[in-house]
Amino acid sequence: MNPVVMHTVARLMAPVLLLVSLVLAVRGHDIPGGGFVGGLMAATAFALLMVAFGRPAARKQLRVHPTRLAAAGLLVALFSGVPPMMQGRPFLSGIWARLPVPGTDGLKVGTPQLFDLGIYLVVLGTAMSFILGMARGEDTTAPEMGG
Amino acid sequence: MTPSALLSLPMILCLGAAATGLLTPSRAWPRRWLALMTMVSLSVVGAMLLVTVRREGIQSMQVGGWAAPFGITLVADLLSALLVLVTGVMGLTVVSYSAATLPSSKEAGAYYPLVLVLVGGVCGAFLTGDLFNLFVWIEVMLGASFVLLALEARQEQLEASIKYMSLSLMGSVVLLCAVGLLYGAAGTLNLADLAVTVPGLGTPNLMTAVSMFFLVAFALKAGAFPLFFWLPASYHTPPAAVTTLFSALLTKVGVYALARVFTLVFTQDAQLTSTLLLVMGGLTMVTGVLGAVAQYDMRRLLSFHIISQIGYLIAALGLLTRSALTALIAFLIHYIFAKSALFLVSGATARVTRTYDLHQMGNLYRTQPLLAALFFIPALSLAGVPPFSGFFAKLAVIQAALRAENWIIAGTAVVVGLLTLFSMMKIWREAFWKAPPEDQPQEPTRPLSLGDGVLGPCMAMTLFMVVLGLGAEPLLELADAAAGQLLNPEEYVRAVLGGRP
Repeated sequence: MNPVVMHTVARLMAPVLLLVSLVLAVRGHDIPGGGFVGGLMAATAFALLMVAFGRPAARKQLRVHPTRLAAAGLLVALFSGVPPMMQGRPFLSGIWARLPVPGTDGLKVGTPQLFDLGIYLVVLGTAMSFILGMARGEDTTAPEMGG
Repeated sequence: MTPSALLSLPMILCLGAAATGLLTPSRAWPRRWLALMTMVSLSVVGAMLLVTVRREGIQSMQVGGWAAPFGITLVADLLSALLVLVTGVMGLTVVSYSAATLPSSKEAGAYYPLVLVLVGGVCGAFLTGDLFNLFVWIEVMLGASFVLLALEARQEQLEASIKYMSLSLMGSVVLLCAVGLLYGAAGTLNLADLAVTVPGLGTPNLMTAVSMFFLVAFALKAGAFPLFFWLPASYHTPPAAVTTLFSALLTKVGVYALARVFTLVFTQDAQLTSTLLLVMGGLTMVTGVLGAVAQYDMRRLLSFHIISQIGYLIAALGLLTRSALTALIAFLIHYIFAKSALFLVSGATARVTRTYDLHQMGNLYRTQPLLAALFFIPALSLAGVPPFSGFFAKLAVIQAALRAENWIIAGTAVVVGLLTLFSMMKIWREAFWKAPPEDQPQEPTRPLSLGDGVLGPCMAMTLFMVVLGLGAEPLLELADAAAGQLLNPEEYVRAVLGGRP
């Protein structure tokens, strides 16, 4: 049987969910949102793909091993705290700058956004390793990481 | 390096190395060397932190520059710095022992990243300046320990990790309740801020109730009577390196948290907490050592000794005098090394005899004289025989009890010391002295080799015993200074809150 409705909805909704997750992550520093909810929202996109097309398809769409994704996110988040230490300020202090964007008073960018990006990846990676792990079935029991 | 960088580096190093390790290809050598290098740097950072705190007093930093009590605070007094240094040294020991004993397929997996996360969590718990972050770091550490325990997924390990996990999580729930209640009552969780606000709250009974929640939660993490079941149920199942890491670090975080909370925050009802801690400590000592006397599995026996030694620490905390806290800190350091040495040696004997069952061992004294010596010294040290470190540590506890005129604790400590000696001699007699059992299987499994990688860490630990025994004076001096800081929270409060009244 080919669940047409499910496939169509998943194919339409997964990009929307990913886009919303990015919006949440980007706007999150000053208004509600942030890397954590963003990452969760992104994980729902892949979970939806998994329900519709099966575990291998969702894993393929993720491209990177979820544990590595989480590890990379952790590194990004930690790294975002290092530049202020070079200036002699405490770890994770925010450094902000304004990028000149024509037509506006500039785009505010800073290390906290890098931190949010890291958290986004950590949450997405961790949630996906749970979700994919639970869907794996009972053929493998030993945890395999970094494979 | 600035003190604020020194304070955050232990966690950055460990977590960063864990993440980098997971990103490297799944082979043994990059992950092993990364872990080794991280532990070396952690030890160096710990030493620098200790020197800085010793020279310039308590150091604190506000993560992200958000001022206390609103932001996340990291604080290092002498006790924290000393424990971070010991954590680094133990991490280095355990990683080098793992490199020599574990199959490379396991080294290539998530083992080293998990060890690094665990060590990072422990350092975080020692350095954090507020209770919620203490809870978080304890969870980080426990999360890593759950996976480490179950990593080989053998049946007895899974059984052990279910017991360990369910009881630990129960403790975590109690801890979270305690943190929530305290936040509701005091409006802050920053330890220094609590030290200022709690005495003036006007709800002493509520504070006593909350402090009992903390007592139960941390006593469970420390493995104190009557909340220690999880420890002997689980510690004998993972590889020897993992057991060593657990025994060296996990329960100590519980003891550290008890010492921190009951010297800094809940000091107004000292009579009640001190009585409870003394009773708890005494019973922990006795039940632990009695459990050990009954065991014939080497690692189970040693696990029960962890409990019994935790009893000394909790009893010393219950006395709450300067000399008792000095004894607590000296004993803590001595006992991390002594217990680790014994667990490392138990792993080495198991490589030779292929068993942890004392009945089936024998004659190791003749076949492995060096190993025998490496067992003998920490065993005597743990039992408190001079001239090793255990003697001075135990003597300090007993003297503190005598000075506080608490004859029961002093007497219990002496008797438990004798029983410890007795059960250590049991291992000695069974594993090293007696003739090997007659009914050996026809074709015994080939013993694994004992290279420098196995014996080296054991030797290093034993050397610490001797050095800390012969040179006990500097350690006791340092412990005395650390105890002084614990008993005078003003300096801690000033370091965190600055000039704020």
